[in-house]
Amino acid sequence: MSDFVHSFWSHYIAWITLAGILACVVLLWLTSRKKLAGSADNTTGHVWDEDLREMNNPLPLWWVGMFVITIVFALFYLILYPGLGSSEGSLSWTSEKQYQQEVDQANADVAPLYARFDAMAAEQVALDPKARHIGEHLFLNNCAQCHASDARGTKGFPNLTDGDWLYGGSPEQIRTSITQGRQGHMPPMAAAVGAPDDVKNLAHHVLSLSGSPHDSLRAALGKGKFGACAACHGADAKGNQALGAPNLTDKVWLHGWGEEAIVAMVTQGKLNQMPAQEGRLTPSQIHVLSAYVWGLSQPATQKP
Amino acid sequence: MLNPIRKVIPIQAVDELGTSLYAATPKIYPRSVQGRFAHWRWVLVWLTQLVFYGLPWLEWGQRQAVLFDLGARRFYVFGLVLYPQDLIYLTALLVISALSLFLFTAVAGRLWCGYACPQTVYSEIFMWIERKIEGDRSARMRLDAGEFNLERLVKKWCKHILWLVLAMWTGFTFVGYFTPIKFLGLEFLQTRMTSWEVFWVFFYGFATYGNAGFMREQVCKYMCPYARFQSAMFDADTLIVTYDVKRGEPRGRHTKMAVELRSTGDCIDCSLCVQVCPTGIDIRQGLQYECIGCGACADVCDTVMDKVGSSRGLVRYATQNAIQKGWGSAQIWRRVLRWRVGIYTGVLLALVIGLGVSLALRSPFRVDIVRDRTTLSRITEYGTLQNVYRLQIMNATEHSSDYQVSVRGLYGIELRDKDPIHVEAAQARWVVVHVDVPYGSGETGSHKIWFDIDDPHNGTKVVEASVFLIPR
Repeated sequence: MSDFVHSFWSHYIAWITLAGILACVVLLWLTSRKKLAGSADNTTGHVWDEDLREMNNPLPLWWVGMFVITIVFALFYLILYPGLGSSEGSLSWTSEKQYQQEVDQANADVAPLYARFDAMAAEQVALDPKARHIGEHLFLNNCAQCHASDARGTKGFPNLTDGDWLYGGSPEQIRTSITQGRQGHMPPMAAAVGAPDDVKNLAHHVLSLSGSPHDSLRAALGKGKFGACAACHGADAKGNQALGAPNLTDKVWLHGWGEEAIVAMVTQGKLNQMPAQEGRLTPSQIHVLSAYVWGLSQPATQKP
Repeated sequence: MLNPIRKVIPIQAVDELGTSLYAATPKIYPRSVQGRFAHWRWVLVWLTQLVFYGLPWLEWGQRQAVLFDLGARRFYVFGLVLYPQDLIYLTALLVISALSLFLFTAVAGRLWCGYACPQTVYSEIFMWIERKIEGDRSARMRLDAGEFNLERLVKKWCKHILWLVLAMWTGFTFVGYFTPIKFLGLEFLQTRMTSWEVFWVFFYGFATYGNAGFMREQVCKYMCPYARFQSAMFDADTLIVTYDVKRGEPRGRHTKMAVELRSTGDCIDCSLCVQVCPTGIDIRQGLQYECIGCGACADVCDTVMDKVGSSRGLVRYATQNAIQKGWGSAQIWRRVLRWRVGIYTGVLLALVIGLGVSLALRSPFRVDIVRDRTTLSRITEYGTLQNVYRLQIMNATEHSSDYQVSVRGLYGIELRDKDPIHVEAAQARWVVVHVDVPYGSGETGSHKIWFDIDDPHNGTKVVEASVFLIPR
């Protein structure tokens, strides 16, 4: 434990703790030797509210036994568990280790449940009602925070049901996306494109690629500037799944649609991240989850 | 050896000490007692224990009638299926129990302690076993004081084995409220009970064995909080076990003389009231905190009074006022009607009625609605605005149901997912639903909407509010 800047504090706490326990022992010993002068009516002589007297009844001996047990317990506890300053205790117990043990135990408990799916291809898993049920729960607990409960995403977070994939839609590619995460990087390209007006023209060209409403004059002027984009998005603007560069010819606009959004994207760029789930989920869970996510855009699995 | 019993009346032993701060507690050997109050105690022993030991074996349809399934977080009480969300009913039950204790205590003192408390009930059963094996008070004292021989060994072993069997059965029954008891029995027979089940059986078994076999009155005197704070509910009109000082004193052996000529009171100082007392006190010293109000002294004194030809009730249930002012039972009864009792009764009645009505009107299912927080709102391909919600439907009945969901609160509002939601019996299910409104059906901002969830199975309906966000 590195909570203390100096080992003095560890000793300070340890000695106060031990002195406190010792004080309890001494207190018990002293009181057990003490004899009170007995009064005739067995009271301490204190009287409250006219007639309320404090009886001088001795504590039962078993109570002393309990007191001794607590002291012994405290000593054993301090030997076994962290408590004396920065001592780790002979069991070297930590809450983190216990948590990990419980997670491992839980994973081991559900392993037989997943064993059947491990042996199946993702396409089959996606058709299995039980696997889909598990997948749905995994999705709601781990993915829905960004991709929404219905997996249709929102601005900046891809829709997983539309068949349009930044990094590929095969179960294998989805598994990679989940396991390792993804880093989407659109660099600021304004300098390469030219003047602000050139960027605007380029934006109209990009809009024209998907047949979206655009200024055809500006689009024609911007067409020549697309060379700067082609390195990633391809000369045909169909994107590149190896880089995560989106297809610009469809109607999917992850980061917003229209001239303004495209100009902003070209000028400022964008860094988008899907966090890696490796370590958070077991490979078996990721297998079921990627099959479930793959199934979301497969018409065959969406019929109950 | 003229009268060995009188030498060890415990209360005197305690009195003579007082010089040390700690003292070994003398073992109490309560003498067995018969009479009205002992009879009632046995009635309550049977009643409470038949319920406790028997209830887990009752069946209700396909399941155990009373089962608290902590793992699945479902609590079955006969026809009721309760969720953790129904905690309020447990709270109400506990408040009602507490208020009943207040009421009983205000009227008749430690009625609970003396007759129905598990500590008393199990002590009574354990003492019965002890008596059957070792004999009554004097025989037990002789056995303990005598030499260590085979007879003593056999008797002690028999007693402890019987105690342990009963204690373990108690622990087993208790765990049977949380794990289906028949399954638990099967597990036991096949020696494959889980470690936690074994732990709790032993824990409760050991607690029963220790408390009813050894700790007994020590629990009431030093551990029980209720025993301490109930003095706050006592007043001068509360029924307590009392010794009629005016009638009894001066105590002493009766001579063969006419009652009118006797110099002594009705108390013949036979000390039986001390011998039967489970807490080892002398009731003739007046109300003491150790007295659990069991009435054993009143029972035994009545039999003595019958023998010597005096009227019963030298030790009896009476109030402080009644003893001081010489009231009869009619006056005691009249004083039951006092403010304290009235208020306890009123609050208790209100709560019981409230709980009853609430249970009767309880919806057979519950709904929780959580709006998706990431997707504030989105435009769909149909040109509508869409919000996404998660619905949790908790079925609190014993049959599966198909719930019909509809939504209202905004112009043109529509639920996209129209299929009924199937939820299995006693299960909860999360489903994702989409709600659409036509573009421009409301101003920018948050709008309150309502989900109506119908259970066609029994015609009940739950209305849950949520909000719909319309973006700028």
